[in-house]
Amino acid sequence: MKISLDVNGQKRPLDIEPRVTLLDALRDDLRLTGAHTGCEHGVCGACTVLVDDAPARSCLMFAVQAEGSKITTIEALAAGPGELGIIQDAFCATHGLQCGYCTPGMILTAHALLRDNPSPTRAEIVDAISGNICRCTGYGQIVEAIELAAQRLRGANLEAVR
Amino acid sequence: MNAPSNFTFVSSDRRVREDRRFVAGQGKFVADITETGMLHVAIVHGSQTAARIVSIDATRALEMPGVVGVVEGEELRAAVEPLMNGLDTPRVQRYPLAIKHVRYHGEWVAAVVAQTRAQAEDAAECVDVVYETLPNVIDTEEAYKPGSPPVHPAHGSNVLLDRTFNWGDIDSDFAASDHSLSLRVTWGRSSTVPIETFGVVAMWDPWSETLDVRASIQMPKYADQIARALRLPGNAVRVHYDVDVGGSYGVKRGIKHTVLVGYLAMKLKQPVRLIEDRLENMESGDAHGPDRIFDIEVAFNKDGIVNSMKMRAMDNAGAYAGRAPFQLGKPIGAIVGPYRINSVRYQAVSVTSNKAVQEAVRGFGQSPTNYAIETMMDRVAEFVGLDRVEIRRRNFIRHDEFPYLIPSGTRYDSGDYHVVVDKVMKHVDWDGLIAERDRLRASGLYAGIGISACLEPSGGNSSFEPLLNSTNTTTTWMESCRINVDALGHVTVTIHTTSSGQGHETLASTVIGEILEIDPDSIRIVRTDSLTSLPGNSPVGSRMAVMLGGSCFHAANKLKTKMIAIAAKNLGCAVEAVEYAGGAFHARDSNKKLSWLDLVTIAHRNYHLLPEGFEPGLEATNVYQVPTGNELPTADGRVQMYPCHSFEFHCILATIDPDTGKVDLRRYVIGHDCGTVINPHIVKGMTLGGIAHGIGAALLEEFVYDSEGQMLAQSFMDYLMPSSHEVPEVEIVHHCTPSPFTVMGQKGSGESGYLGAPAAISGAVNDAVRALGIRFNRLPMRMTAISDAIAEAKSNNAQSR
Repeated sequence: MKISLDVNGQKRPLDIEPRVTLLDALRDDLRLTGAHTGCEHGVCGACTVLVDDAPARSCLMFAVQAEGSKITTIEALAAGPGELGIIQDAFCATHGLQCGYCTPGMILTAHALLRDNPSPTRAEIVDAISGNICRCTGYGQIVEAIELAAQRLRGANLEAVR
Repeated sequence: MNAPSNFTFVSSDRRVREDRRFVAGQGKFVADITETGMLHVAIVHGSQTAARIVSIDATRALEMPGVVGVVEGEELRAAVEPLMNGLDTPRVQRYPLAIKHVRYHGEWVAAVVAQTRAQAEDAAECVDVVYETLPNVIDTEEAYKPGSPPVHPAHGSNVLLDRTFNWGDIDSDFAASDHSLSLRVTWGRSSTVPIETFGVVAMWDPWSETLDVRASIQMPKYADQIARALRLPGNAVRVHYDVDVGGSYGVKRGIKHTVLVGYLAMKLKQPVRLIEDRLENMESGDAHGPDRIFDIEVAFNKDGIVNSMKMRAMDNAGAYAGRAPFQLGKPIGAIVGPYRINSVRYQAVSVTSNKAVQEAVRGFGQSPTNYAIETMMDRVAEFVGLDRVEIRRRNFIRHDEFPYLIPSGTRYDSGDYHVVVDKVMKHVDWDGLIAERDRLRASGLYAGIGISACLEPSGGNSSFEPLLNSTNTTTTWMESCRINVDALGHVTVTIHTTSSGQGHETLASTVIGEILEIDPDSIRIVRTDSLTSLPGNSPVGSRMAVMLGGSCFHAANKLKTKMIAIAAKNLGCAVEAVEYAGGAFHARDSNKKLSWLDLVTIAHRNYHLLPEGFEPGLEATNVYQVPTGNELPTADGRVQMYPCHSFEFHCILATIDPDTGKVDLRRYVIGHDCGTVINPHIVKGMTLGGIAHGIGAALLEEFVYDSEGQMLAQSFMDYLMPSSHEVPEVEIVHHCTPSPFTVMGQKGSGESGYLGAPAAISGAVNDAVRALGIRFNRLPMRMTAISDAIAEAKSNNAQSR
């Protein structure tokens, strides 16, 4: 069926089967491959994107259900080509990743957290990312990255999301 | 060898260069690859644990939209060679698809190829397979019995390996000891379960007769194995090493997937892709870890000194042999842990069963073995009434005894175990920790302290191959590096493997920058493919800091030596009189100098200025042999296994909720000594990540099978991996004992944390429930098992009162 998705601020017309997940539509039809396929049953969080600014499992949602919503993927978070956003840079500063597979979902989750809560406690960060499984890091440097990003965002007097 | 403080870039707080592409979602994973005309594969899975395949009918499937073809085992058997076995077990044959029989639940029976994955999956459901059920065997000890139903009748039994090693005079040591005790511990079947499943894209070019393979692979000799199985010349297979791998930790070795897809690509003359779905990955991706029972007898004196150990390790390898049984061999290189144990009897048993196939898992059998050794030490401490730290101190190899030869033939490189333990004890405030445990107990919780002292053998060679398979004569496990300086003076380095998060680009640029005294960030790292690469064995066995690091070091020094010779000629002085600093060349006795670019220009453009016999241009290569382990095993089964031995000392305070059985890790301290650290961020990440993985193996993760061979953990809702809630904030206490065997004193750290966490967590849980008179001798200790055991113990204690 024909739909139009609002992805990263652009209208993207699509002609897809109703059974296609938002994840597959983003990856296969729109070639936005930053959202990753992990478990396909909504547990691991590798496919996390923002739907109307809230983290959502794009593997648990049909693309047709996303029509009318604002979809944000990791590709929209860089300040420009080759130029990292503050949260992305903080993940590099603390090495809050290894293989990079869960990382886009983790960063989008952090992005949503810091927009709602500019000064999260460690426990609040742990809680926010608890739906994103990372198999490499044991989460320590991810928590540090989000703490660092929060501090920098506060210092920069910028909103996490404009 | 340099002390760490003498380094400029090595050991310094530098970013990991790979991270930039990943935080932007710009990693290039296998599922991100599309090719024109690419076809998709879906697998038909067996629905039986053990059965004869009576018929496969693909008629309905072939009529479905988009379907290009269906392939089954018999067709494949005619076209490909059996997949490689590690052991000498030629009758245990394995192909990508089942041949006549299915041997475990979910085994691949047929493959459907279609224009889209969805079409292939739809059609796979319409392939009709008729089975005749056969007897099965799931239990390890049952499988070991002579009368058990053989998984491979042609092999004659389920025993793949049953070998006993005697290192030293075990019987005399037992006779001379004051006491002995025996114990059994069991390591349940889990794995590394990367968030990215395995995937592969293969393309056959009939005009150049080349098979191009892009895969999420971490496997030694992958290209060779593909070529052998597909009956192609080695130089007809091009494996691309520039694919990012979304986690592996050992298991990403999809050889059956690759041979299947390679065959289909050649047959159909179109690119073919297979990406496992999650159930496939867990049930039939052939990527489970060790599944092992340890029976131990230990002889010791009344002062707690351990003299001798008899260990039988019996592993349930699953339905096919593969390389996994070697995971009983690698721990032989650290079979006494960090302890002075005079003699060892080790019986290694591997059996087939109707469970899924194993693959290499982080540590290659060392973590289960460490769990067994450490549980043994706790039991001895309990028996003689000694503190668990004190008994370890008494048995540790002393700093001045290194290099230390253990009974099974490996010489440990270096260590300072007593000092690491002292540092951790001080950091954690041991007396305070005990007081805190007792306070928690008084508040109504079960509380316990656990410790473990474990080794991480690293720098992997493959000496377990000839040790367990007499037809195998492997004594090298090299790694390579090539450095090229272009005519503008910029440095490009090629590395010859894929990476799955280990930061090899950072490793190579840091080491080469250190030697050449140039900014590592100015060095470009490129990944070649298997046709343009130098020999290598991929990042297994915690080896890349030692092996890729060693290769980069030697290549950079070779390049530097070459440049100094060119400089000497052009400065008019002896080679010894040239000083190299920060990329420039000075003659010590005059004020003449050459810049880096001067030198590069001579090499690239001025043949007349080169020393006689020099090749023009500026490049250097090195193929690096593992620093130790260059000999075949002795007749009595002694061999030098890995060259380096990192040390970790874990100290944990845990509580258990008395009603739910939930374990809460309240304090987690690890003392870690991996010699010289190349990049502190990477080592920290490996350590923390390894601990998280160890928490999973100890408390959560298990591929549970029912008695009929149905795997019960089929999703992430029943195979539980640690989330941020389960992993505590970990405190790391650093120590550095450089290895005398490596170029910068480095050792491995890729398995750190995982090798000691399960043992320490087990110790803490057992300390917590000791007053109830119960013990947990099996991992994982899941909440339900703990709460049931506590409830039963309470009930029994109430009745006996």
